[in-house]
Amino acid sequence: MSSNAASLNPNDDVNGHDDSHDHEHHDTSGDTIFGFWLYLMTDCLLFASFFATYAVLFMNTAGGVSGKDIFELDFVAVETAALLLSSITFGFAMIAAHAQKQAKTLLWLGVTFAFGAAFIGMEIYEFHHLIVNGNGPGESAFLSAFFALVGLHGLHVTAGLIWMTILIIEILRRGLGNQTVTRLSCLSLFWHFLDIVWICVFTVVYLIGAM
Amino acid sequence: MSFLGKLSIEAVPYHDPIIMTTLTVVAILGITLAVLITKYDKWGVLWNDWITSIDHKRLGVMYIILALIMLLRGFADAIMMRSQLALATNGAEGYLPPEHYDQIFTAHGVIMIIFMAMPFMIGLMNIIVPLQVGARDVAFPFLNNLSFWMTAGGAILINLSLGLGEFAQTGWVAYPPLSGLQYSPGVGVDYYIWALQISGLGTLLTAVNFLVTVFKMRAPGMKLMQMPIFTWTCTWANILIAASFPILTAVLAMLTLDRYLDFHFFTNEAGGNSMMYINLFWAWGHPEVYILVLPAFGIFSEIISTFTAKRLFGYKSMVYASGAIAILGFIVWLHHFFTMGSSANVNAFFGIMTMIIAVPTGVKLFNWIFTIYRGRLIIGTPILWSIGFIVTFTIGGMTGVLLAIPGADYVLHNSLFLIAHFHNTIIGGAVFGYLAGFVYWFPKAMGFKLDEQWGKRAFWCWQIGFLLAFMPLYVLGFLGMTRRLNSTNNPDWNIWLYIAAFGAVVIAFGILFQLIQLVVSFMNREALDDKTGDPWNGHTLEWSTASPPQFYNFAKIPHVSDIDTWTDMKEKGEAYQEYDKYAPIHMPKNTPAGVLISGSLTVFCFAMIWHIWWLAIVGLVGGIGFYIMRCYTKDVDYYVQPDEIKRIEDEHINNASKEVQA
Repeated sequence: MSSNAASLNPNDDVNGHDDSHDHEHHDTSGDTIFGFWLYLMTDCLLFASFFATYAVLFMNTAGGVSGKDIFELDFVAVETAALLLSSITFGFAMIAAHAQKQAKTLLWLGVTFAFGAAFIGMEIYEFHHLIVNGNGPGESAFLSAFFALVGLHGLHVTAGLIWMTILIIEILRRGLGNQTVTRLSCLSLFWHFLDIVWICVFTVVYLIGAM
Repeated sequence: MSFLGKLSIEAVPYHDPIIMTTLTVVAILGITLAVLITKYDKWGVLWNDWITSIDHKRLGVMYIILALIMLLRGFADAIMMRSQLALATNGAEGYLPPEHYDQIFTAHGVIMIIFMAMPFMIGLMNIIVPLQVGARDVAFPFLNNLSFWMTAGGAILINLSLGLGEFAQTGWVAYPPLSGLQYSPGVGVDYYIWALQISGLGTLLTAVNFLVTVFKMRAPGMKLMQMPIFTWTCTWANILIAASFPILTAVLAMLTLDRYLDFHFFTNEAGGNSMMYINLFWAWGHPEVYILVLPAFGIFSEIISTFTAKRLFGYKSMVYASGAIAILGFIVWLHHFFTMGSSANVNAFFGIMTMIIAVPTGVKLFNWIFTIYRGRLIIGTPILWSIGFIVTFTIGGMTGVLLAIPGADYVLHNSLFLIAHFHNTIIGGAVFGYLAGFVYWFPKAMGFKLDEQWGKRAFWCWQIGFLLAFMPLYVLGFLGMTRRLNSTNNPDWNIWLYIAAFGAVVIAFGILFQLIQLVVSFMNREALDDKTGDPWNGHTLEWSTASPPQFYNFAKIPHVSDIDTWTDMKEKGEAYQEYDKYAPIHMPKNTPAGVLISGSLTVFCFAMIWHIWWLAIVGLVGGIGFYIMRCYTKDVDYYVQPDEIKRIEDEHINNASKEVQA
């Protein structure tokens, strides 16, 4: 999904709809953001399918471990906190970007990146821990559905981190032009969206699973 | 692990004469084409004006060319199946062994739905929708090119399976556990997965693109309830694509994990649940049939209203009925497996929902009939397809209501009755619609009309051939013949199998006549020339442009105040207006990025199929890399200058007014 996640990147602001007769320029960044919203809705359905599958399969532990045995809520709580904080810091980055404050934007993006990377690092640690203890995705349908759902979210966050790196370079080189701010807006939508999905993952998978 | 993964010379089926002959013919055709292109020095034109083009009209034409080629491939599969079944009766074996026959019916289904019907529909949508809403292109022209090449990448993969390895033997639905690694260890299912995955991604991006186009880029004054009906039905189809294709992506990804990384979503062991696949597949698959048929309904509406020279009867009810069908299409998926263990109440709910879809569909049928009523119907080829559709589709709709009764479905499930039913609706509904749209909009896209005589011959062969090929299947279903048999042993069935095979031959003539029609029309293109841009006295904005349209579509974006804008403009005398001054037009430049990105992703998919991991990494990184490069290309647009616009516009208006006076 990583390439998919980025493919509505706002490089399409040349859209040939320039009705110069009535007004000077068609507002293309608006189109891009609307298009990105639509893409996010389709991504939401992708997650919905994985959630539905998890809901059907989570009791099929095939005699192996269940959520209760493997979820460590303290650990996941820290992971969750990192991701939620990264949403706030991205918000600060956007405020700075709209105010055309380049240094501040970069600073907040850096903080966001650090939180995101911490989240991914913790997730990789959790996966690794499970697999070396013999609880890999091949052990039961429950573990398959768990790894796939959480992993899908993790892949999205990773794609977001790559995208963020590229945009940081773009800001360093080109500053905060219109196109760059539009791209940042799309990434911020993506980032907040992943945060919301994670809240669902946290509730449905970890909280209910650990009960 | 070897350097080429599972790929070796053994993958080429050189011991199979049927496949090798096919490959030889394809190779000869390919080489001839390449030689001709070289001889007439057209490689540059091909690359600069087509492959890298981001003009929605050219992309539409390429989609339709892809669809026609895939129609030939899919039909070749069909005629092989029908001839096999006509030969393999009374215990005879026929000429296709089971493992080959199974690949053929799987490929036939996948190709006809994903690589024939979808590109045909998307092609027509590409050419017409931006013109109908008065836009200069789609919202994201580059993305549009990328979508096309992803679809083409999928088509290339599925055709590669013919000469390299094998295709899935699972039926086009690829139900696990049969499609799991245990029962399908070969590369066939992997071809299926990756071909659908990449083309599905392309389709999803197309839907997003066109939704933004119709919601954000309509000409000034055009309200939503003034959009032409074809645009409306395409919009509903795009909403369905956006809402259902992610489910396909998800379910294919899960099957991939099962096959590649030993997951247990759908396996028999370790708690897997194959019903989950079947549910998710049809949660996409049922909306998919409405994605195919809704735009066809739109095409018939446009044609019937144009060829009766009347406004469409019940425009609003048509829009709402399409919406009702789109929504109901999402809550009927379970009728594909009434027999697979749901309780009676669940079956009853889905049965009733399915029957309710007949209501908005009925509304549409009556709207078309009332449009014709007291109109002056001109019997051209497009209208023949439309009337053929009204009759044929009604039969298919009624057998559908029959199948929607769970009790009846227990008798008819997986019988040839079902096969007859869905061909009845997909051919009689969707394909007739696309072929009607093809003749109707051909002059708009290419600048000359198609030959009427050959068009009518083609229609009659299709119509009669369809009835001969599929009505016997209803009978065979009642006689108890199930689908996916490669030989039969019941003398009562023989006569019906022979009639069905004969019907397929008649359809073959229909296709042949269409090819002749294209050649004949091309030869007579001077006489069939469309100078006005409005050969049928049309109602909507696409007919206000030249044929083929100016590359910028509209020199001045029209102001819209009516559903039938172009009729309105003609009545008010605003059509073919000459202006002294034009403003420069901002246009996007062509780019090779789309084909490079999709090419890399196709390589990625191919490498995944054959477990060539290093190549998969190269393909994926290449795809993302080319994408990033595209994001940082600065030289992406230009302005068309007023004097050039003036020259093009004057020429069109000059031609048109000459023609109108004559």
